[in-house]
Amino acid sequence: MRAVRSILVLCLLLALAAGIYVFVAWRPAIAPIAPPSAGGFDAALVQRGATLAAIGDCAVCHTAPGGRVLAGGLALPTPFGTVFSTNITPDAETGIGGWSEAAFQRAMRQGIRRDGAYLYPAFPYDHFTLVTDDDDRALYAYLMTRQPVHATAPANTLPFPLNVRLVMFGWDLLFLHQGPYRADAAQNETWNRGAYLAEGLGHCGACHTPRNVLGAEKTGRKFAGGEAEGWTAYALNSSSPAPVRWNAPALDHYLGQGWDELHGVARGPMAPVTEDLHAAPPDDVRAIAVYVATQIGEPAAPPQPLERHAQKQAGRGKAAAAASADSQAVTIGAGATTGGGDGALIYAAACAGCHEGPRALPYGGIDLALSSGISGPSAKNLANVVLYGLPAAAGARSPIMPGFAAAMDDAQLAALAAYLRGHFSDKGPWRDVDESVREARSAQTAPVVNHAPAAPSDPTQRTTHGETQR
Amino acid sequence: MVKLNVNGRAEEVDADPRTPLLYVLRGDLKLNAAKFGCGLGQCGACTVLVNGEPVFSCVTPVALLEGKQITTLEGLGTVDKPAPIQRAFIAEQAAQCGYCIPGMMMRAQALLQKNPRASDADIRAWLEPNLCRCGTHMRILRAVRRAAEMMQTAQAGDAR
Amino acid sequence: MRSDAIVVSRRAVLAGSGALIFSFASTSRLSAQQQSPPNPGGAPPAPPPLPGSLSKTPFLDSWIRIDADGAITIFTGKAELGQGIKTALLQIAAEQLDADLDKLKLIAADTARTPDEQYTAGSHSLQDSGTAILNAAAQVRALLIAAAATRAGIPAEQMKTEHAAVVAPDGRRFGYGELVAAEMLHVQASAQSPLKDPKAYQVMDRSVQRIDIPAKVTGGAAYVQDLRPPDMAHGRVVRPPSYSAQLAGVDTGAIEKMPGVLKIVRDGNFLAVIAEREFQAIQAMRALAAAARWQETAKLPNAADLPAVVTGLAARDITDLDRHDPGGGAATALTALTALTASYTRPYLSHGSIGPSCAVAQLKDDALTVWTHTQGVFPDRAAIAEMLHMPPDKVRCIQTEGSGCYGHNGADDAAGDAALLASALPGRPVRVQWMREQEHAWEPYGPAMVAKVKASLDAGGRISDWDYEVWSNTHSMRPGTAGSLLAARHLASPFPQPEPKPIPMPEGDGDRNSIPIYKIPTARVIYHFLPAMPVRVSALRGLGAHVNVFAIESFMDELAASIGADPVEFRLKHLDDPRAREVISTAAERFGWSEKWRRVPGRGYGFAFARYKNLAAYCAIACEVEVERSTGRARMVRAVAAVDSGQVVNPDGIANQIEGAIMQSMSWTLYESVTFDDTRITSIDWASYPILRFADVPDEVAVHIIDRPGTPFLGSGEAGQGPTAAAVANAIADATGHRFRDLPISRERIKAAIGV
Repeated sequence: MRAVRSILVLCLLLALAAGIYVFVAWRPAIAPIAPPSAGGFDAALVQRGATLAAIGDCAVCHTAPGGRVLAGGLALPTPFGTVFSTNITPDAETGIGGWSEAAFQRAMRQGIRRDGAYLYPAFPYDHFTLVTDDDDRALYAYLMTRQPVHATAPANTLPFPLNVRLVMFGWDLLFLHQGPYRADAAQNETWNRGAYLAEGLGHCGACHTPRNVLGAEKTGRKFAGGEAEGWTAYALNSSSPAPVRWNAPALDHYLGQGWDELHGVARGPMAPVTEDLHAAPPDDVRAIAVYVATQIGEPAAPPQPLERHAQKQAGRGKAAAAASADSQAVTIGAGATTGGGDGALIYAAACAGCHEGPRALPYGGIDLALSSGISGPSAKNLANVVLYGLPAAAGARSPIMPGFAAAMDDAQLAALAAYLRGHFSDKGPWRDVDESVREARSAQTAPVVNHAPAAPSDPTQRTTHGETQR
Repeated sequence: MVKLNVNGRAEEVDADPRTPLLYVLRGDLKLNAAKFGCGLGQCGACTVLVNGEPVFSCVTPVALLEGKQITTLEGLGTVDKPAPIQRAFIAEQAAQCGYCIPGMMMRAQALLQKNPRASDADIRAWLEPNLCRCGTHMRILRAVRRAAEMMQTAQAGDAR
Repeated sequence: MRSDAIVVSRRAVLAGSGALIFSFASTSRLSAQQQSPPNPGGAPPAPPPLPGSLSKTPFLDSWIRIDADGAITIFTGKAELGQGIKTALLQIAAEQLDADLDKLKLIAADTARTPDEQYTAGSHSLQDSGTAILNAAAQVRALLIAAAATRAGIPAEQMKTEHAAVVAPDGRRFGYGELVAAEMLHVQASAQSPLKDPKAYQVMDRSVQRIDIPAKVTGGAAYVQDLRPPDMAHGRVVRPPSYSAQLAGVDTGAIEKMPGVLKIVRDGNFLAVIAEREFQAIQAMRALAAAARWQETAKLPNAADLPAVVTGLAARDITDLDRHDPGGGAATALTALTALTASYTRPYLSHGSIGPSCAVAQLKDDALTVWTHTQGVFPDRAAIAEMLHMPPDKVRCIQTEGSGCYGHNGADDAAGDAALLASALPGRPVRVQWMREQEHAWEPYGPAMVAKVKASLDAGGRISDWDYEVWSNTHSMRPGTAGSLLAARHLASPFPQPEPKPIPMPEGDGDRNSIPIYKIPTARVIYHFLPAMPVRVSALRGLGAHVNVFAIESFMDELAASIGADPVEFRLKHLDDPRAREVISTAAERFGWSEKWRRVPGRGYGFAFARYKNLAAYCAIACEVEVERSTGRARMVRAVAAVDSGQVVNPDGIANQIEGAIMQSMSWTLYESVTFDDTRITSIDWASYPILRFADVPDEVAVHIIDRPGTPFLGSGEAGQGPTAAAVANAIADATGHRFRDLPISRERIKAAIGV
């Protein structure tokens, strides 16, 4: 009898707890509205919304490959299952056409859908919560004036209990710190603008911060490095693996143009980010660069790879080599095949032609001593690039690198990776090279096209960072 | 000496292992189909198959290829016994200057070997790395579609 | 420069023949003159000229040779460029000789063996060469019949020919081989030929499959790049980094010791290396390029404002049209309703041949042979002979096919390079292959151009007054003299670049198609010919027609829009020529032009029409273009073209050319511009000079051919370039509400104009 009563009491308490939970967690629906007419929005507001959407990369997640812009349907694999991005065009039935401005603001600030359901943080509302009311208003105006598309995203594949959206209340309680952004009085305006954009719409930490077992960004480990779609998102704090430390001008150029002379070309998930930022106001990009540069901090030791790179430049006679004779002109002795085994031979045969050639970035191959792909924590990014290359952009100037997936087997790629790590970086050998290679090949990480919009044909681009190319 | 398997034949070539496959195919093995278009992996005129997958032979050093099956257009068929893809390209007269065509055919062959039911959208996306300057694109697409149909019919025939 | 067709004879020959496969002929003013009646009662009229290229090469055996074993060889001075001319000419010969096509052999463009037909250019091949072969073959057949008749003792009229034999009524067969006696065919052609009745054609007027395609899709040797004469060595040139770069020094010591290196050639700014194996030559070239030190000067114009550069160059003005209609003029001053003005521009455009230029040359016993994909073996031979100080008869140029050239690309220069290297290594054949970067940086481009239009409409909505100006360099810097070859200009004792000259109307070059075909009472056209060429230029497919038609046809739309008129109706209102009207109506109707309700938001319709050179083929194009609002990216969704090429010879061939023109010109219009800074060309590969890829290929392209049996052939190979550009621009204007007048209509430009 006592046992039964205990069980009964337990059940009652559980039910009570559940009831309290649901009571506290439940959010009301906001009544749908008729889709507002596009003409009813102020043009300047819509324009501002467009630039904010560029910084927030809305279209990147909310567009399926080959699908209509902002109509959703992109699969976002998570450790918990696959979440599909939703249709955020102003279609009344399948998009957000029926959302009032208040509903939109609530989604951004609290991660709650118009009908009161919780959104999954695959939509990074934990960052977008920082966006100010005014900016939300501008974003709303922008989205509501887009082309409505009738399209329904596939259903998410999340297991029980995660497919019960109400569980996100708990997650939000632990990990959502509702905004908007509050300025840091100790920092200047540019820094604060950069922080607001990077932490908010830019949601850099969503990729560049490691996550805990519950899928939330680890507190205290901001910008310590993370993962995105099969790529390593490098640390943007003092652990940045870049051989030449990033500074604000370099970041500014990279984010705005898609490449930097001493760091390479944006690839993988960063390619669409830089493509979008190319359309953003230059001051905003600069502010983000300033902010991120402060997170990375100053280098601890003098930049060795930079000196080595500069010496190589001079010795190669890069300035004099005829770009029009051959973009792969190489001094004798470069890419020696003696010693280093298979990896060295593969490098000399398949890579050195472009990567030791005189052609400047973004079209030429980067000097691998400058590559984060080689100094980074794993061989993953290197494997992705070597296997799949950089595909040609349709109808736009862009660097093209062939992929070697069919030409190289896993053993050859692993040997090459190990060689490059040993030859071009001061760090110890990677562990798990074989696994990185295997993962890269099976993931078939579809390369994202990068447009490197500022071609060196622009005369002002012949000199970068004060150096002359001649 | 580099050992290569080309079109089912074992070949031994006295070439620097750094030599891109294209020059070995053309210079040592006297095979004409794969062409020099850019040497940079940008145009696809040099496309051949390695273990059934398309590669740019202009940037693939022979050092990587020992033990792998290399297939060139010559390995698919001849003037007297053309393969489906060759028959299709002739039937559609899918060539103007014809220089890019072998690369197109090898690239398409890789797709059809894997997926003879490839859709038009699949074919288009698949051929993206290959350039044609004469503007023969529409015919190339028709020819690949036709080859797919030929291969499906042949398969159905074999299955019976 | 060109051998003009003698049109009267051709017309007489062709009026009823419909014989030629590719309608590349064009009429010329000469024909009008020669149509006039003979002078009555004066001196006896001069003998009529021989048809086509027979006028310059009158002996029958220059064109046709029959061996004792029956083998038949046809000779032509024209080159196969991928346009199918080989097949076409053999069809003509097969038909007129009554011989099987697959048993005929064709020898093309060889200075030692074939007639001199100058360049394969301007869509003249069938008019010149086809006409000659048509007539020569018919006359040879007549001679063979006569010989058989004598042998058989039977009147010639009773003899028949089939499968390369003359057949007597009693069945006796005389193979052509056994009939041919020593010098039988070494006779001059007559002006008239016993041509076959077109109604009896079995080979001509058919979509015969091209004879060169089977080899090209099965790895046969088809291109100059496939030549492998025994003992061949490989050469690579190290080109300067910029046009005016001077070689300050190069330490060749280490490179001479590289594996396989046979010789390094250095003469002034000309620097090259020859090696045993191809990859050895490439590696040596790279090392040589890295070791070379150049002195460069910033001499290139301001790319950021190219139109201003173009219009700022010193000009020699040519008045191409100055028409005043007194009747119309008086009325317009009072009733001119709208006056509009606009400027249209294009940058330098690259040929972008998919296969970089290549040539093989061998100097043996003081005689030089060059295998080259030049469009003109005789002019190229002259240039090379002059460069090497050799008598021309000691230099032989043999045309061997390359990839599509679309005009004057690096082919001639590569031949010059090979000739120089062969001279440095006498006895051995030397193959020179240009690298991709070299082809992109050094080929002569299609010139940057500016066109300015001004026009008024009268109260009835008709154009009353038209003022057109176009600025352009020459579009022809082809060889003849050594100074036209790159290598010759780079030698220590360089040859001077020849004086640029415009091509006179009615063909024109920068002013090609600058005279509007529309009915306009008062019109002026001025060609500002610009001799100074800061960037290397020459002929690119269509020459000035691309820009002039782009400008005129865009402006027609702008005029129509100013009065709310439908673009197609507006054009028809200004055209009487029934063939022009039919081509326009056909394209519009097949496209569904009037079905505007079918339109999808974000898409526009565009239309354009032109008659190439106002003399050759008529071509109208209607297209639908989609503009992606978020990126500004424009893509052609579908296109419908209508073409009138006169007498149709090979419908599939025409369709192939027009489809190709649409793809290529669309690429020019949307993506392409040569880029450069103040010193160097910077668009040196496909990454920096992107062209059309499959992602942007339309869903459908349909070509409707209007057949006009019995009428003269009209050259069609270049007819699609201009109308495509304008149709695309007009469709984008329709889709976005913004008019783009500066090519390329890039996504950046579109996005900037449409905003969010």
